[in-house]
Amino acid sequence: MNILAGILALVFLVLSILVIRRSGKLAKSLSVSEVEADYSAVTSSNKANAIGFVLFFVIGCVLGVWSFINSMPQMFQKPNSIHGVGTDNMFWISMSVVTFAFFATTGFLFYFSWRYQYNKNRVAKFYPENHTLELIWTVVPAIIMAGLVFSGWKSWSAIMSEAPKDAIVIEVIGQQFGWKVRYAGVDNNVLGNYDYKKIDNTNDLGIDLSDENSFDDFIPAEMHLPKGVPVLLKIRAKDVLHSVFMPDMRVKMDAVPGMPTKFWFTATATTEEKRAEKENQDYNFKINCAEVCGNGHYTMSIIFKVDEPEDFKKWYAEQKSFLTMFPEYLDKVPEKLRSKAAKYASPAPTEVETPVTVASN
Amino acid sequence: MLATETQTSDTHAHHEEHEHHELGFVQKYIFSEDHKTIAKQYLISGLIWAFFGGAMSILFRLQLGFPDMSMEFLRPVLGHWITSDGKLETEFYLALVTMHGTVMVFFVLTAGLSGTFSNFLIPLQVGARDMASGFINMLSYWFFFISSCIMFASLFVETGPASGGWVIYPPLSALPQAMPGSGLGMTLWIFSMAIFVVSALMGGINYICTVINLRTRGMSFTKLPLTIWAFFLTAVLGLLSFPVLFSGVLLLFFDRTFGTSFYLSEIYIGGEALPNIGGSAILYQHLFWFLGHPEVYIVLLPALGITSEIIATNSRKPIFGYRAMIFSMIGISFLAFIVWAHHMFVTGMNPFLGSVFMFLTLIIAVPSAVKSFNYITTLWKGNIVFTPAMLFSIGLVSLFISGGLTGLILGNSALDIQLHDTYFVVAHFHLVMGAASFFGFVAGVYHWFPKMFGKMMNPTLGYIHFWMTFAGIYLVFFPMHYIGIAGFPRRYYAFTSVNGFEDFTDMNKFITIAAGITFASQALFAYNFISSIFKGKTAPLNPWKSNTLEWTTPINPEHGNWPGNIPAVYRWPYDYSKPGAPDDFIPQNVPYSATPESNLPHENDEIAKEKEIEGLLPYQNESYIGR
Repeated sequence: MNILAGILALVFLVLSILVIRRSGKLAKSLSVSEVEADYSAVTSSNKANAIGFVLFFVIGCVLGVWSFINSMPQMFQKPNSIHGVGTDNMFWISMSVVTFAFFATTGFLFYFSWRYQYNKNRVAKFYPENHTLELIWTVVPAIIMAGLVFSGWKSWSAIMSEAPKDAIVIEVIGQQFGWKVRYAGVDNNVLGNYDYKKIDNTNDLGIDLSDENSFDDFIPAEMHLPKGVPVLLKIRAKDVLHSVFMPDMRVKMDAVPGMPTKFWFTATATTEEKRAEKENQDYNFKINCAEVCGNGHYTMSIIFKVDEPEDFKKWYAEQKSFLTMFPEYLDKVPEKLRSKAAKYASPAPTEVETPVTVASN
Repeated sequence: MLATETQTSDTHAHHEEHEHHELGFVQKYIFSEDHKTIAKQYLISGLIWAFFGGAMSILFRLQLGFPDMSMEFLRPVLGHWITSDGKLETEFYLALVTMHGTVMVFFVLTAGLSGTFSNFLIPLQVGARDMASGFINMLSYWFFFISSCIMFASLFVETGPASGGWVIYPPLSALPQAMPGSGLGMTLWIFSMAIFVVSALMGGINYICTVINLRTRGMSFTKLPLTIWAFFLTAVLGLLSFPVLFSGVLLLFFDRTFGTSFYLSEIYIGGEALPNIGGSAILYQHLFWFLGHPEVYIVLLPALGITSEIIATNSRKPIFGYRAMIFSMIGISFLAFIVWAHHMFVTGMNPFLGSVFMFLTLIIAVPSAVKSFNYITTLWKGNIVFTPAMLFSIGLVSLFISGGLTGLILGNSALDIQLHDTYFVVAHFHLVMGAASFFGFVAGVYHWFPKMFGKMMNPTLGYIHFWMTFAGIYLVFFPMHYIGIAGFPRRYYAFTSVNGFEDFTDMNKFITIAAGITFASQALFAYNFISSIFKGKTAPLNPWKSNTLEWTTPINPEHGNWPGNIPAVYRWPYDYSKPGAPDDFIPQNVPYSATPESNLPHENDEIAKEKEIEGLLPYQNESYIGR
């Protein structure tokens, strides 16, 4: 940091000295001759400005490359999902194409600025057009764009395709300012319906208990998902827009009130493996919020654990359904389904716990 | 017959001059219908707004760079927006972010840039005495002024100004219970923007009418300077897209006020389930970005037009590929309308639409690339004079390239999944749209200051201003890409909930310091601008030896611009360093018959048309009778 600030100060200092020195000369020359009728836009600083562009390019490139390499370890976070590996590769390939184009065009821009600075003995070349050149630099970028579009389109289509049938379904719900999750439960991989009008203090996800699929749904204290198994996130929001952002998984999808969205992916590392890679025993995967949602926007996150599939299964089986935790909600179940629902509510081996909410913030 | 007509119209013109000498202060400087005065009004309003917009960004940069710093010293200014332990209120942070965006995009780079230079240059460069309707032009400025006042007033509302981001996505912006800024502040935002749209439309209609109808004799569309092409296309873009924003915020207003459900559906907030069903929050985003994306080009095209003119003049060379430049601007303008949803790849929009918009988005890169190549080729074998305006124009091209290239990455929907709403996006659009357009704005001020105020600005201060700003912009926004690649979301008050947030503490400090220096160096410009108006050297008639018509007017043009007849136009505006010519420039009003030594073969044929062009004079004069 100090080095950076030092360099910054130095750059500005050198620039200021250069120009002020120039301006002193200029002021002198101005005071000598009353330039008015024979005004010239060419000042004695013309050369300094021309050299400035070359210096700027050289210093800029050095600083840019140095800072890039220096920030590489912090910047480049390994992706932990199958599609993330693909998009990261594409990102760095596109980045190299772009960097090449940057050096080529900016190099010419600044080099020409220096090379063709004003010289009163020279006349500029009258060169209004050249159709061949124009054609080349219309077609070449177009071909490169086509390549980028095609690779992007292929991977976008794959990422956005329908989730595999066996994907674990997890509902992620955004609200000011935290995330909640609901799982489909032990019996089948189907979430029960919800209705925002059924939301109350306990049933704060608005689970619709008139739908029998909801009987085994559970709302865990902690979010878990398996490694190597496709996971389908069904995303919704209770109040305003939010956006599910799992930086490590390269997942982002808005949560929209009134319009469920989804995103499926497959994690490739467990939390333990990630911790080992990071050499940080406290590291946790997180969902952050990427769409501004109010004052607490920046605090809105939830930890999720990625387990080995068998650990995940074990954890999944241990979870208690919503009805088990809050048997009083049996009353909300329609008469004819009540006996079926009781099956999920009755085996309450442990005492009823206090309302479990997924830790927010 | 013709001769007498000419005479009468001439006397009329003189008569008009006398009338204008008698204008009172109010009519001359406040409720003026003169396009030059209106342009200056826009310019000064724009610069004042730029100061506020910039100052806001410094405030939130302080929070991001130095989160532990005590902001107690700001209490006299910000009052209760500083918490009891000396920190910036989180809601005020969001308000700052929102107002910075709104002010910069709409008030500085739309009204300030287009308003100043379209107003100033269109009549002067096409050869007209004023805008098609001076009265509507005046109204346009005063509507903008009212809109500014409302937006400014919203800063002082107790619940704060609008705070949901400059895009004001509902439901956040629709529900006062969602955040304090969505209360009265939001209502004022909507009113202000509605009036702003009215102002922009009145301005735009005027620009279009003037370019189509009031070109001087001989000024065909293929002889128009690229500045005018840019302003013309900008006005068309604004005319087609601003009404959509208007309808968008109108529906938002209905949702807020009358309980309609255009954007609201199934919302449970503040312990209460709202009755609204069936609305779509995505609908608003479509409407907003249908303006929002063309808006990027509304901001950028005038800057590119200004740059084309300045680069050609100061390279002492014709702009390379004049027609290609026009076609690429037309291409950009057309494509600008069909790429809006690339802002919405991960909003839950149908992924198929995402593919379509990705394709269209990457097409728009082609005309943009052509423009950059043409600028660079214009410099090639030029004889470059580095006026401050030229420095800023070259700077613009550099920023346009640097920022534009990362657009290729963000336009790819698969890559946008990770990068959307991170600092990568912030860095991208600040370079390509914010800083580039601002550079165009400043370049324009340096270049046309002599025509606006009859004085020269101090070039040395201009050089220092340029180098500090240019270096500063890169030092702020280049490292910002790194933070974005690491996945830091934007509009975060603090990064404490993000993994690895401490990795970039130093980087954020660095960016804040660089931003502070860049902002402070604008004081040089402010000083130069104000002191030059009063104490600058008197400008020569054509300081940059430029070809366009504005330099044929007197040093301080009166209302009506040209004391006698408006000059005719015989050639394109880029005859610089023409082989055979004695000077390195031939203004547009010099007929080919006067330059036999430098005419190209096909241009000798144009000599025959000169009689025809001159014959149009009486009709042109006649058209001004009664104005």
